[in-house]
Amino acid sequence: MGIEGIGTRALRKEDKRFITGKGRYVDDIRLHGMTYAAFVRSPYAHAKVTAIDTAPALEMPGVVAVLTGKELVDDKIGNLICGWMIHSRDGSPMKMGAWPAMAPEIVRFVGQAVAVVIAETRNQARDAAEAVVVTYEELPAVVDMREAVASGAPQLHPEAPGNVIFDWTLGDEVATDAAFKAAANVVSLDITNNRLAPNAIEPRAAIAEYDPAEEHFTLYTTSQNPHVARLVLSAFYNIAQEHKLRVIAPDVGGGFGSKIFIYPEEMVALWASKKTGRPVKWTADRTEAFLTDAHGRDHLSKAEMAFDKDNRITGLRVKTYANLGAYMSLFSSSVPTYLYATLLSGQYNIPAIFAEVISVYTNTAPVDAYRGAGRPEASYLVERLMETAARQLKVDPTELRRKNFITQFPHQTPVIMASDIGDFNASLDAAMKAIDYAGFPARKAKAESEGKLRGIGVSCYIEACGIAPSKAVGSLGAGVGLWESAEVRVNPVGTIEVLTGSHSHGQGHETSFAQVVAGRLGISIDQVQIVHGDTDKVQFGMGTYGSRSAAVGLSAIVKAMEKVEAKAKKIVAHQLEASENDIVIEEGQFKVAGTDKAIAFPMVALAAYTAHNLPDGMEPGLKESAFYDPSNFTFPAGSYICEVEVDAGTGKTTFINFVAADDFGRLINPMIVEGQVHGGLAQGIGQALLEHAVYDENGQLLTASFMDYAMPRAEDLPSFKIQHTMTECPGNPLGVKGCGEAGAIGASAAVINAITDAIGNNDLAMPASPDRVWHAIHG
Amino acid sequence: MSTIRLTVNGKPVSADVEDRTLLVHLLRDHLGLTGTHIGCDTSQCGACTVHIDGCAVKSCTVLVGQANGSNITTIEGIANGDELHPMQAAFRDNHGLQCGFCTPGMIMASIDIVHRHGSALTEDILRQELEGNICRCTGYHNIVKSVLNAAGRMTAAQAAE
Repeated sequence: MGIEGIGTRALRKEDKRFITGKGRYVDDIRLHGMTYAAFVRSPYAHAKVTAIDTAPALEMPGVVAVLTGKELVDDKIGNLICGWMIHSRDGSPMKMGAWPAMAPEIVRFVGQAVAVVIAETRNQARDAAEAVVVTYEELPAVVDMREAVASGAPQLHPEAPGNVIFDWTLGDEVATDAAFKAAANVVSLDITNNRLAPNAIEPRAAIAEYDPAEEHFTLYTTSQNPHVARLVLSAFYNIAQEHKLRVIAPDVGGGFGSKIFIYPEEMVALWASKKTGRPVKWTADRTEAFLTDAHGRDHLSKAEMAFDKDNRITGLRVKTYANLGAYMSLFSSSVPTYLYATLLSGQYNIPAIFAEVISVYTNTAPVDAYRGAGRPEASYLVERLMETAARQLKVDPTELRRKNFITQFPHQTPVIMASDIGDFNASLDAAMKAIDYAGFPARKAKAESEGKLRGIGVSCYIEACGIAPSKAVGSLGAGVGLWESAEVRVNPVGTIEVLTGSHSHGQGHETSFAQVVAGRLGISIDQVQIVHGDTDKVQFGMGTYGSRSAAVGLSAIVKAMEKVEAKAKKIVAHQLEASENDIVIEEGQFKVAGTDKAIAFPMVALAAYTAHNLPDGMEPGLKESAFYDPSNFTFPAGSYICEVEVDAGTGKTTFINFVAADDFGRLINPMIVEGQVHGGLAQGIGQALLEHAVYDENGQLLTASFMDYAMPRAEDLPSFKIQHTMTECPGNPLGVKGCGEAGAIGASAAVINAITDAIGNNDLAMPASPDRVWHAIHG
Repeated sequence: MSTIRLTVNGKPVSADVEDRTLLVHLLRDHLGLTGTHIGCDTSQCGACTVHIDGCAVKSCTVLVGQANGSNITTIEGIANGDELHPMQAAFRDNHGLQCGFCTPGMIMASIDIVHRHGSALTEDILRQELEGNICRCTGYHNIVKSVLNAAGRMTAAQAAE
């Protein structure tokens, strides 16, 4: 049997339990004596809670307790916080309104909890939640961010006058203004990046269990980062001390960013388990997910690009309004700032950039990171501008891009990021070849002769992932370090457990991480077990988001492996009476280079634990750990091109072809990487064509179920053509970059560029529904 | 309360349940068959798809009373001992899943689709028929590949019988 090391399309180890129904998601877990929680949620977007009568609910069958926001606040359970401090241009800190886990006085979005019912069964809890009588005094609400900052708008938080959270800038305003004054051509565009609901198919869930004897809590939760959850719950929310709280994120059914954050329901479940002395389970239904999961995107931007007479970009000016909803979610402030404006240079040499971002409160669900987080918004803006510019300047969109591509690396942009490596022409070449770009005019002419509108759209995205280094993000306002930890435990028989602070919720870590370890030692991936998602097993970790697992998580594993290998070599050198510098690892053997003297890996492991013949002074055992703090972000980049046909009679868009050519650096498991791209593309295309979280003017969410929110289904999407190009990332030991978000970052601009090309009207907002496209064609 | 008798994965089952109990809750809460998942409240996502008398049905749409006396097969009941069902094997071989949450429903729906279309199944038909099952991870690309691959295996196996 061959060794399934780096670069192998190894089938996933974790799949067996998923395809046989043996996965263990939070809602699958039952604890002895478990009760069920159902929340009483506000039907109003903005209201004063004047009274809560719990008595009728308490009389219902099976009800154990009814707890209110006032009791929660009285018990000194802290307010939810945003963990990334942003300062406005005048130097003042962002204006954060108080967010209790259940509202004692004011509710600010539909679905905000005011009370919780704990009962013996799920149905009893839900029945009783209906019986809680809450008296509200409705207040005027605002959902449109332009209206929120207008004078006379309803005010959400006393801390944030005018509903402005921060008015932040990045870049050089003077130099950018000068570039526009001197420009030969200026291209401008108003861009809406519409609000999305993340919709992991597994709804959020939590089970909390309090052990009064040990004063210890256990929380099972649908989390992408259980250690961060424990840290925040203990350090800021006063739920439990960190060493008295175990957080377990077992199998998690998708995250896409929405499961990074600590939510009110987890806090309430923990608190309620102590109040009632019973384990408490809460599982969201889909409507609760729509109402309370952090939404994504929701930007309004004015974007302008300046060109010289040779069509070289000389400046970019952007003013963006970002809707953060009714409260500031855990990392919300970083999304429209350091994860967005720092990417506005795209793949291009832009000498002067100035971005202004005004974040506002509205009476809608909180908005935070969703697949790509800020980078899709930046990429969409830049790539819509580039395509629009090409049309205005009457040049081929690919030629305009090539003329402006960054070709010298490293490249320092005017907006903080310093991209380390890339070959943007290579990705564009690969995409153009795969879609037969040269043959497009003939295909368009043929389609026209058949009465069809054919269009082609390009999008050349760049992202910054593996967000780092800790010192740098700390200086920009981050509340946590962004390293990763790992521990490699070699057992006496030579099997290996790798404990990682990364968390897998579909990304296949159990396989790709094992491939890296197995490949280094020349053993089977079946001998390597990846352990994650439990704060009692793994000492610490930052979890999985921002495509950081390979670049940061795996790098930590490699660092720990290097220590394990170094110790093992010392043992072997001692036993074979050789120099440790002469020991090489080949096919599961530790050999003295150039000789036939060797010890098989399991025997080395055994020797470490028998400790009968170790070098003098060496500790027994073979177990090492490492923390890895990257020196820079990684910069995956690529070119997406799609070809569409639009039916002028119905406005319906049909895919002819979709090509993605990505540079992710080295690929650990190409099969898994391609799967990640497919999923990202579906979310990018979903935004472009279908998805939209819609509030009415009173703040009612009109798209609060899968019947109203158009999730992409199999019929809506094409099969994708995936191409890989590669420049190895110089910043980490594996040369990897990260692939999880790319599709969602690059796809939406390609689709909208293709449709606007087909219909000859650039004024088209996402989602480009048949209705919108029809009106764009026919007026 | 009603007493329900049905056959689940080949075994007779009886249970006393509230009349409003949905089949998916009987399977998950009473029988511990947690492979059948709940992803929505509106019978849209298909994560709870099981077979009732051989036909794929969303078990969140069925009151247990309606299923009384019927033959239920869940994801836990389709493998032959250690030998995976060809659809399960195809999903693994073609990376037709990521987080795995929609997967049981997707597999149960797909088996029914292949049974109904056999060798006439095309990508277009499959994409239309998968309309009732939502996946957020895979973009359906590898699910489509998996089911078409399994269709080949299943029809070949039928032909051999």
